[in-house]
Amino acid sequence: MTATHPLEIAGHVTMPVLGRLDAHAGRAEQIAHIAEAARQIRIQDLKLVHHAGAGHIGGDFSAIDILATLYGAVLDISPDRLADPERDRFILSKGHVAGALYTTLAAFGFLPVAALGTFLQPLSALNGHPNRTKVPGVEANTGPLGHGLPVAVGHALSAKLDVSLRRTYVLVGDGELQEGSNWEAMMAAAQYQLDRLTVIVDRNRLQQGATVKETNDLDPLPDKAAAFGFAVVEVNGHDHGELLEVLSSVPFRPGKPTFVIAHTHKGHPISFMSNSVAWHHKVPNTVEYHQALSELETVRHPRFGKER
Amino acid sequence: MPRTSVADLPRHDCRDAYVATLSELAHEDHRIVGVVNDSIGSSKLNSFRKSFPDRLINVGIAEQDMVGVAAGLANGGRIPFVSAASCFLTARALEQIKADVAYSNHNVKLCGMSPGVAYGELGPTHHSIEDIAWLRAIANLTVIVPADPVETSAALRWAAAVDGPVFVRVSRMSVPQVNADDYAFVPGKAVTLREGTDVTLIANGTVLWRALVAAEQLATEGIAARVLSMPTVKPLDVEAVVAAAQQTAGIVTVEESTTAGGLGGAVAETVVRHHPTRVTILGVPEFAPTGSAGFLLDRYGMSPEGIAESARHLVNR
Repeated sequence: MTATHPLEIAGHVTMPVLGRLDAHAGRAEQIAHIAEAARQIRIQDLKLVHHAGAGHIGGDFSAIDILATLYGAVLDISPDRLADPERDRFILSKGHVAGALYTTLAAFGFLPVAALGTFLQPLSALNGHPNRTKVPGVEANTGPLGHGLPVAVGHALSAKLDVSLRRTYVLVGDGELQEGSNWEAMMAAAQYQLDRLTVIVDRNRLQQGATVKETNDLDPLPDKAAAFGFAVVEVNGHDHGELLEVLSSVPFRPGKPTFVIAHTHKGHPISFMSNSVAWHHKVPNTVEYHQALSELETVRHPRFGKER
Repeated sequence: MPRTSVADLPRHDCRDAYVATLSELAHEDHRIVGVVNDSIGSSKLNSFRKSFPDRLINVGIAEQDMVGVAAGLANGGRIPFVSAASCFLTARALEQIKADVAYSNHNVKLCGMSPGVAYGELGPTHHSIEDIAWLRAIANLTVIVPADPVETSAALRWAAAVDGPVFVRVSRMSVPQVNADDYAFVPGKAVTLREGTDVTLIANGTVLWRALVAAEQLATEGIAARVLSMPTVKPLDVEAVVAAAQQTAGIVTVEESTTAGGLGGAVAETVVRHHPTRVTILGVPEFAPTGSAGFLLDRYGMSPEGIAESARHLVNR
């Protein structure tokens, strides 16, 4: 009997492995690379969710441009450097968008692409929420909200104690900021002057069942983050050029942790999903699946903002 | 009367052994850091802070953040010793202990200070009688309840050396030294402190010495009580418990925690699976009234006389 690694059960997959551009790539080339990565990741993620019959596609599509930018051009990390303590860290705090993270990790060679076919299948390592002991490239087990930011603060503290230049990025959902643990962590990050820590908020303004504003409003979020001691920047979270510019030039203020509010749309850029609360964890039916696939395959570089 | 009773030995605060050991460990291994929730004084960590000012991370009164930060420190290669009153560490950060530390298998040592009814008069909000039951239910986590300074120190040394999540209860109640000076902590193993074939007393933590004094009293009546020290609640020493069930009339468990799901629960589950026998579980069965820790332990049948009475009842039934 041949032992099969849980990640190596073949599934239906078509995605090319993209890898990270080398340091000499020009800015235009980097942006094109990120855009194509994001498009491929969305196509594969759509297949993943449709095939598994479950997943959080709205939140996945909200975050994928951020993930593609981080892994495509920002993070100092690669699949062969996971044992290197000096690599950068990325922590996905909104762990319910595990599908987007797995697809991104596969796109950049951390996981065999074939493993994506096992998403949510019995005994697969690709659980509905990421697990660091089972999935290469995952730094923390998340899923319950409000966990990633404290862990990121701890990692940034360890880097500071080591006098290391390694950076920590953490992606949180905006609804997730309703958890008090985030604000505990933000106070500590400011107190310890963790300027190698970057918090990215996926500000899609929707949570599970309603808008954030209708539920427990976060505004004025930039003022709150600034009051908690962060240097705050707002970006278009679907504009790869803006994301690249901002995420690769942190910290904005020496001695201060960075808070990037990335304005996004849940379900972006699919016409019938975008900015719709219904797509928090809805699964596309066959008609919807084909329409979404067609939109992703025909629209090469969807621009964000027109529908706002 | 026995020549010397355990009851007459000098008493110690296990927190002194805690800070001394942690400081020694930190000198030996630069990866070790302390993480606290404004609990430097109550954890007696002032001397540690003096020696390692950068390596004592105080996140303020924020337990969820404290445990998450510890997981992140472990991600960066550090060995964090989280030190906070067990009632707040385990209750307020229970999900962080489960998800960030145990499920993530991060190398974090959780030190629950002043557990049980140590904060007697402060009332049930400050009592930590549920911690053992909660943490025993979480996979990956080793749960240790040392009985004296020697065992506290040995358990901490073992925890620092092992790669994985560990919970150690560190008492502030004055206890006599019941283990030998050269005691070596072995995880998952009971220590037979007294041989006996009539009845078995299984205890840990601050009440172990009380079980030993109970056994002294029973001996004067011709009842030979075996006393098992059970510092590791999880994993439990199944072999020692089954042997006790087979070889003696019954088991009395004694612990400074709730009677639901702690050491007594672990022992009861074990005998039911392997060799059913009578088990009397002594602990705190309710939200306790006001009173000192000693008063409360006596009230719930954990005075030496109370423990002896429970044992006598099993032998004579």
